Amino acid sequence: MVTTYAVTRVARGNRLSPARVGAVINRNVGALRSGPAYWLVLASGFFEPVLYLLSIGVGVGALVGDLTLQNGEVLPYANFVAPAMLAVSAMSGALAETTFNFFFKFKYVKTYDAMLATPLRPMEIAAGELTWAMIRGSLYTGAFLIVMVALGLTTPGWALLAFPATWLVGLAFGAVGMAVSTYIRGWQDFDLISTGQFALFLFSGTFSPVQDYPVPVEILIAITPLYHAVELIRGITTGMLSWSMLGNVAYLLVMLAVGLYVASRRLTSVLCR
Amino acid sequence: MIYARGLVKRFGDFTAVDGIDLEVAPGEAFGFLGPNGAGKSSTMRMIGCVSTPTAGELRILGMDPVREGPAIRARLGVCPQTDNLDPDLTVFENLTTYARYFGIPRAEGRRRAAELLEFVQLTEKSGSTVDPLSGGMKRRLSIARAMINEPDLVLLDEPTTGLDPQARHLLWERLFRLKQRGVTLVLTTHYMDEAEQLCDRLVVMDAGKIVADGSPRHLIETYSTREVVELRFGDDAPATYVEKLAGIGERLDPLPDRLLLYSADGDAAVNEVHRRGFTPSSVLVRRSTLEDVFLILTGRTLVD
Repeated sequence: MVTTYAVTRVARGNRLSPARVGAVINRNVGALRSGPAYWLVLASGFFEPVLYLLSIGVGVGALVGDLTLQNGEVLPYANFVAPAMLAVSAMSGALAETTFNFFFKFKYVKTYDAMLATPLRPMEIAAGELTWAMIRGSLYTGAFLIVMVALGLTTPGWALLAFPATWLVGLAFGAVGMAVSTYIRGWQDFDLISTGQFALFLFSGTFSPVQDYPVPVEILIAITPLYHAVELIRGITTGMLSWSMLGNVAYLLVMLAVGLYVASRRLTSVLCR
Repeated sequence: MIYARGLVKRFGDFTAVDGIDLEVAPGEAFGFLGPNGAGKSSTMRMIGCVSTPTAGELRILGMDPVREGPAIRARLGVCPQTDNLDPDLTVFENLTTYARYFGIPRAEGRRRAAELLEFVQLTEKSGSTVDPLSGGMKRRLSIARAMINEPDLVLLDEPTTGLDPQARHLLWERLFRLKQRGVTLVLTTHYMDEAEQLCDRLVVMDAGKIVADGSPRHLIETYSTREVVELRFGDDAPATYVEKLAGIGERLDPLPDRLLLYSADGDAAVNEVHRRGFTPSSVLVRRSTLEDVFLILTGRTLVD
């Protein structure tokens, strides 16, 4: 949350009221408590990456054996795939909230119109929704990290450090997702988002080191966002820290700032006509 | 409470509000009357500080809506044209959650929510979600929500559109009570009876402009006659009778289905129609209403 406030202050140049941002988060906590359906959604979001981890990481991993990385380190395949699944769950947890749910509130039930009739400002709404998206993502990633530690895929110490890194991943993807959602015309556009999400899921160094691809493809992947999330989190959970991870952090911070800025600008221009 | 001079709102080439002047005093119930597309809602959105005026001067509660929007909105209660209640929350939570947006502490929010649900007669629905509520109940909940911050000024955009007569009367009665408490009400409507019931003063809007301004009584006296006779002539077009009945009453307005005859004394006018040898298939003498005022001012009826 501290990062949210700091970044948004820079982005917009006016102060956010933590109480008002908190009131937006409070609304989502209330919605979570009132509907049993929401818990089901949350549960399914947790199981998806766990199932991938078990089937591919452990199952296919038994066929693949150990991986020898570029730096000469040898890593069991499951240890290589698990952090990628963690990054993916941080991404999809936040995106579920800021694309599907955000669009529904934005376009159909007019939640934000109701909010804008109060002292809340568009930036505060965006910051509150994003913080909530990050919290939702962290429910997935927290549980997933426990699974990783239990399976011996990382140590408790590295898991504790990886947890806040998944918050950053959630904030970055959540912010960009929210900005994109303000441009969405109808439900059919969500197919595009999920296709894009799936492409990122497959080709971000998730299942094989990007160095295995031809150089142009490797460069292309290095431009896309999930790659940076995977690199950052894999570096932490495997305990192989490197300076290039600062670049990954910077990339995610830029996503956060730009996404949040665009989202609140669009909220203003669409809802405050 | 509200002060506007030369207020304009344009959307691209379209001018929704075309230079209006307004003043609303504390404790007043003020209405915007006009057909759909007259600029009522655009004006309300500017007063509600969610839409920026294109030109002109606007002060709400003595403040500038562009620079001090949040401070003004903290003291406004807004009941929008289409309900935007929160479907993921219960009736009670809709109010307590909204209270948090105003920075009202939790305990105080709960106290006010309970009190307001009592006021709008929804206490027994407190734990229900919003979806199963009837249109009238949703509308009452919207009004309760608009009251959660104990506003100085309440904006109601077409508060009873789409409600059945019983629900409308209940709502009017609640709004009348608010007015008695000294809350300033500003509402838009395209219903004459609503304006006559609730408004101390109103402006008639048409095509973005204010075409008349005053109390309902004053408007009727100024622009219309005391009584109106509605004449129907079977299958004949009412327009063909305009010449034949010329000179009776002060004004004749042919509508597609009937002829309106404006006269201080409706019965005398009907006698004159009969004396000239015409026998309308139906005759109705009634008191003049704001509907007539609108027709006289714009030449059009006030239906959707």
